[in-house]
Amino acid sequence: MPVVEFRGAEEWVPAFAGTTVKSIVHLFRLGLLALFLFAAPLSAWADGLSEAIAGLGGDSFAAKEKAVIALAKSGEPRAALILQALAGDRLRKAPDGRVVIIDTGRGSAKLTDAATGQPVADLAPEGLDRIIVNNRLRGAIEAALGTLTLFSPDREARLGAAQDALRHHSADTVALLEKSLAAEQDSEIRAAMQRSLAASQLFAGSKEERLAAIRTLGSATDPQVKNLLDEFRYTANIDPDLYKAAGDALAAIDSRLRWIGIGANLFQGISLGSVLLLAAIGLAITFGVMGVINMAHGEMIMTGAYVAFVVQQLFRAFLPPDLLDAYLLVAVPVAFLFAGLLGVLLERCLIRFLYGRPLETLLATWGVSLILQQAVRSMFGSPNKEVANPSWMTGGFDVVGGFMVTWNRLYIIVFCFVVLGALALILNRTRFGLHMRAVTQNRDMAAAMGIPTARVDALTFGLGSGIAGMAGVALSQIGNVSPNLGTLYIVDSFMVVVFGGVGNLMGTLVGALSLGIVNKLLEPYAGAILGKIAVLVAIILFIQRRPRGLFALKGRAADAEA
Amino acid sequence: MKILQGTCRAALFAVALFGATGIASAQTQGTIKIGVLHSLSGTMAISETTLKDTILMMVDDINKKGGLLGKKVEAVVVDPASNWPLFAEKARDLIAKEKVAAVFGCWTSVSRKSVLPVFEELNGLLFYPVQYEGEESSRNVFYTGAAPNQQAIPAVEYLMGEEGGGAKRWVLEGTDYVYPRTTNKILEAFLKSKGVAADDIKINYTPFGYSDWQTEVAAIKQFAAAGKKTAVVSTINGDANVPFYKELSNAGIKASEIPVVAFSVGEEELAGIDTKNLVGHLAAWNYFESVKNPTNDGFIKQWHDFIKNPKRVTNDPMEAHYIGFKMWAQAVRQAGTTDVDAVRQAMYGQKVPAPSGFTAIMNTNHHLSKPVMIGEIRPDGQFDVVWQTKQAIKADAWSPYLPEDKGKIADWTYPWVCGNCVAAKYTD
Repeated sequence: MPVVEFRGAEEWVPAFAGTTVKSIVHLFRLGLLALFLFAAPLSAWADGLSEAIAGLGGDSFAAKEKAVIALAKSGEPRAALILQALAGDRLRKAPDGRVVIIDTGRGSAKLTDAATGQPVADLAPEGLDRIIVNNRLRGAIEAALGTLTLFSPDREARLGAAQDALRHHSADTVALLEKSLAAEQDSEIRAAMQRSLAASQLFAGSKEERLAAIRTLGSATDPQVKNLLDEFRYTANIDPDLYKAAGDALAAIDSRLRWIGIGANLFQGISLGSVLLLAAIGLAITFGVMGVINMAHGEMIMTGAYVAFVVQQLFRAFLPPDLLDAYLLVAVPVAFLFAGLLGVLLERCLIRFLYGRPLETLLATWGVSLILQQAVRSMFGSPNKEVANPSWMTGGFDVVGGFMVTWNRLYIIVFCFVVLGALALILNRTRFGLHMRAVTQNRDMAAAMGIPTARVDALTFGLGSGIAGMAGVALSQIGNVSPNLGTLYIVDSFMVVVFGGVGNLMGTLVGALSLGIVNKLLEPYAGAILGKIAVLVAIILFIQRRPRGLFALKGRAADAEA
Repeated sequence: MKILQGTCRAALFAVALFGATGIASAQTQGTIKIGVLHSLSGTMAISETTLKDTILMMVDDINKKGGLLGKKVEAVVVDPASNWPLFAEKARDLIAKEKVAAVFGCWTSVSRKSVLPVFEELNGLLFYPVQYEGEESSRNVFYTGAAPNQQAIPAVEYLMGEEGGGAKRWVLEGTDYVYPRTTNKILEAFLKSKGVAADDIKINYTPFGYSDWQTEVAAIKQFAAAGKKTAVVSTINGDANVPFYKELSNAGIKASEIPVVAFSVGEEELAGIDTKNLVGHLAAWNYFESVKNPTNDGFIKQWHDFIKNPKRVTNDPMEAHYIGFKMWAQAVRQAGTTDVDAVRQAMYGQKVPAPSGFTAIMNTNHHLSKPVMIGEIRPDGQFDVVWQTKQAIKADAWSPYLPEDKGKIADWTYPWVCGNCVAAKYTD
């Protein structure tokens, strides 16, 4: 007879199946339940929890979703922990049906029983099945964690939950939000909570409450709020006062959003411009200053990107993971030196024999670019290489009303101007810069004055290539790292340099930024393809009128060429 | 001078002799030649190099097991260098000069369209391993990748359904060339047939290799802010994917809010992306490396052993080549010859247990029956299969959702014997 009961219990509570001791304890508890009625709520609640946890190991997503909702309702502090483990792919199912949380930090994996919170010693991580989630489940987990985290001690978590509540607005959340609002001290979170509360009251409150809600929402600058008010305005049998108030609020939000849209476009334009500028600065020196039609410029950028990849792999292999984020800081100077050396080598071995013969230079450097591409393909293989954003370059922040600035773009803009500034300093404030300008303006006279023109040529070409290498490190943060990387940028680079005016850094700066901004301002209206065509046509027309670009260089050499 | 002429003549003679023996030895050994027509340089090398290696692996495997019809199989590898007209030239070389029995090759639809006339003129045999837009059935091509009804339509149906989140608003984002344009035309017709309003569909195209996705990603966010559940269907191809996904993850677009389903992004493409922030975005294929079954375990092991790198991944087009090669070998055995017409007849109904865990069958429209799987991206760059069809789905060469395809039949057996007609060729 006890045997039969024992098996019954095992089936009924699968989470405990397999562990004899626990099943007996559980049986004992069942007995207690019958005897002491006052214990019933507590015990049923614990059973609900363990049943829900067992449900997480179920076969269908529907079963798992039910379990997630049950866990969220339990209010048990462990529930949040389990849900986070589920969302983070750290929940495993043992062959005997137990659900365990796995923590793979450094060293060996640590297993914890999800139901009891006790460490598990009798299972090997290899024998466990992953508990798979899908997007719908992920949404359910987020919503569940949202209500659980409205009171979380973590500020970011509370803010996120307060903002999420706007999307899941319903009459049910009013009480919860009012309660959390009373306890909240932080002004930003309070504002988010008030907005979410207003959204919930908009559809459920009295007329006064609704009017107040519309006023609160009208001060927000957020496309979501706009859609919410839009939806509200077209609900059936709406009071005319409310309709008018909502209309006024909408108009105010609309005009603010329009300005924000223009601001966002401008930022995106500057960001595109900075990418163009970075790609083109190196060429502005090798082509602009030295007059070498350098088709291998793109491959110098590509080399830099591969240096970033190699440095990252070295960091991963030899240094502790906490230092990984710093790999980029190391990669920048390494890429500069590597690409720079390559440039010096290229100048000494090839280009110096071809000065004054632009067609031959073009063909020779194009050949070099093909050789470099194939060399990289042979060494690293043709598939893309993964270069991860360091954590400080991942994600972004919402400036206002859906205008998002991503960190990697922002850092690239900053980096680009730092490089440009440093280059301007080198050109105008150092002896090498003076030599460089002298050689550019009048080679013979410079040589006569005792400037070692050959060495200056090599170093100038090295400088241009080195800067291209640094650009490669930056570009690896927003795009592909593949042997073809360079070919993507070479045309744009030439376009910027020619448009800005050959031999003029200021021209390159203005050219890149104006191309970027015009492109991005056109794009929302004309689409990416037509926008690009329009820009190209505009450049052709411009070059017809001013063949020397925006800022034509004045000087002896320039005059001699003309 | 005379001595010099003498040496020159002797050298020429030696070369001629060497060449002759070379040809003779090839003839006595009696090999069956197959062509491999994949770009090993240029923009498509990223994807196509792996497919070349897959065929070499299959050739290696069949030769280890004793070859085909008592002969060794020899792969003739050429490099069309991502240059579409060069594809046609190289195809002509392979069929006319090298006399290959079959060609395994092409990735982009442009390259396939470029070689098609050559294969039809010279009666060659092409195995094309990539998912494509359909709207084609040539008697000289076997399509082992997915047609739209084996990939695009089921993926959209999944996202519309309860499991997939019940999407009501759609962004169709694609690269500007024939595959995305045709697929989006079919999808638009399909969505409208399901009652989706024109206002709720946004179609946008970007050029090949596009890298600045800020405006597009911001526009997707704005489109999605309209309140209805929004999903993005991506037919973005090649290099443009990495910057797209980077922008997507940095802009904080979570898969649970706006899922993105891609048709050209597989394990190989994800290997170049940091996927930690992309978890939950989707891809639709007929095979994923993470599928668990003995055939797939064997396939993965064979690949790792051949390429000598346990970190390399397998993907859907590789599986398609695996199926295509096995089917061709079976058909050659059945026909007892490598003659193209005989092999073509033997191909129909050919079955191969595929790494997907299902049996792939070649239909008389030159397309396969394969299962459809929807996978969600995992943090490690693999996919979790979250939905799959119960059985293999037969490919439609012509889409029933396009009005201009109404009544078109692709069937290369009696009485139809055509790839694009509304009436049978033979009538009694």
